Amino acid sequence: MSNPGLLLLQDVLEEPELIDWEWLRENFWEDIVPAFQGHIFLSFMSVAIALVIALPVGVISARYRKVYPPVTFVTGILYSIPSLALFAILISIPGVAIGPAPVIIALVAYSLLILIRNTVAGIDSVPPETIDAARGMGLTNRQILFRVELPLALPIIVAGIRIATVTIIGIATIGAYINGGGLGALIFDGINRQFPTMIIAGAVLATGLAIVADVLLLGLERYLRPWARARRT
Amino acid sequence: MLSKILEVYARPDFPEKLREHVVLSLVALLVAVAIAMPVALTIRNTRLGAAIAINIGNVGRAVPSLAILALALPLLGIGFASALVALTALAIPPILINASTGLREVNKDIIDAARGMGLSGGQILTRIQLPIAAPVIFAGIRTSAVQTVASATLATFIGGGGLGDLIVEGYSRRGPEILLAGAIAVAILAIITEVGFGALERAFTPKGLKIAQKRGR
Repeated sequence: MSNPGLLLLQDVLEEPELIDWEWLRENFWEDIVPAFQGHIFLSFMSVAIALVIALPVGVISARYRKVYPPVTFVTGILYSIPSLALFAILISIPGVAIGPAPVIIALVAYSLLILIRNTVAGIDSVPPETIDAARGMGLTNRQILFRVELPLALPIIVAGIRIATVTIIGIATIGAYINGGGLGALIFDGINRQFPTMIIAGAVLATGLAIVADVLLLGLERYLRPWARARRT
Repeated sequence: MLSKILEVYARPDFPEKLREHVVLSLVALLVAVAIAMPVALTIRNTRLGAAIAINIGNVGRAVPSLAILALALPLLGIGFASALVALTALAIPPILINASTGLREVNKDIIDAARGMGLSGGQILTRIQLPIAAPVIFAGIRTSAVQTVASATLATFIGGGGLGDLIVEGYSRRGPEILLAGAIAVAILAIITEVGFGALERAFTPKGLKIAQKRGR
């Protein structure tokens, strides 16, 4: 803590110029836009891969109840490991190089708990009478799943996607530490170069992206719940 | 590898890093509770207040934890104190959201019944609203605690110390055993926090509520 280098850093940072607009203009296309695109790629890729895993696991857990507690136990433990620690553990595995791959693996791991839990909750929310009616109409189990249960569960699944996406956009910034790219690269560069403008640019864009994703997915969630809309009006 | 990791734990600076990590997390959490709870109590009966609290909480959740810590650097300088302020700011939203929704969602009929029995506003709060909302409030504190322990790992980037120091040391010096030692210690601390606060949450759920929950399921 009594590192003289750190004290020097503090003196430099006490200069009050927080936003260097010149720098933002000059580096917009070279630094900021690629970081933003990289962040979108990392976040949405991770949530998409997580969905491909979580949907079948969620459906199986909803059907075979015994599977569900061990699934939530394992994904729950994954979820509670701090991201920097999970990145560190992943890059310690032989054959895993630093870069976007371990970041995406970790982000997928974090999304699983939320997505699986909401898939199960969504299927559980389908009233038994509705399923009885479907069966009475002669639908097979597979048809009931795809035509009745999953469509009715969709709003709750989308709610899970929304929470996972907002969480993942935040955690993805930390991935830049192990060269995952994205907006975190701006934040870490800003810390290392003692340049607040980069920190603020990364922070504002990551927050903005999270809020936009939140609002869009909330809109989708409402759109998929026409019965709730009808009740409200 | 395992013995090398254990050697890191035997280093004289390990207890110090662990202590810093626990102090950072615990103090941030306590201050956050001390700020969020009075706010939640004050606004518990107003619609507008609750809407504002939830929106502030939601926006707060959208700000990446790394961003809050990094922003503390130009604003507050480097070191333990600014990491503590940043972590406190991060710890508030989950507590505020859960406390204000928990208190608001206490069944109005129950409150009416209590009022009919002659309980005062203060009595309704301490004997009805708080016990019924306790599980939701503690769930918020647990979320916040686990998140704070995780974010405290990032304090190292602004000179705040903690177990993140080991991860950074291991990463920059290419010392895989130091990297793993730090990561495993942080992971265990986070899981202990999750399990410990989960137990606290159950302990603070009133007996009557537990019975009602079981019947409901």
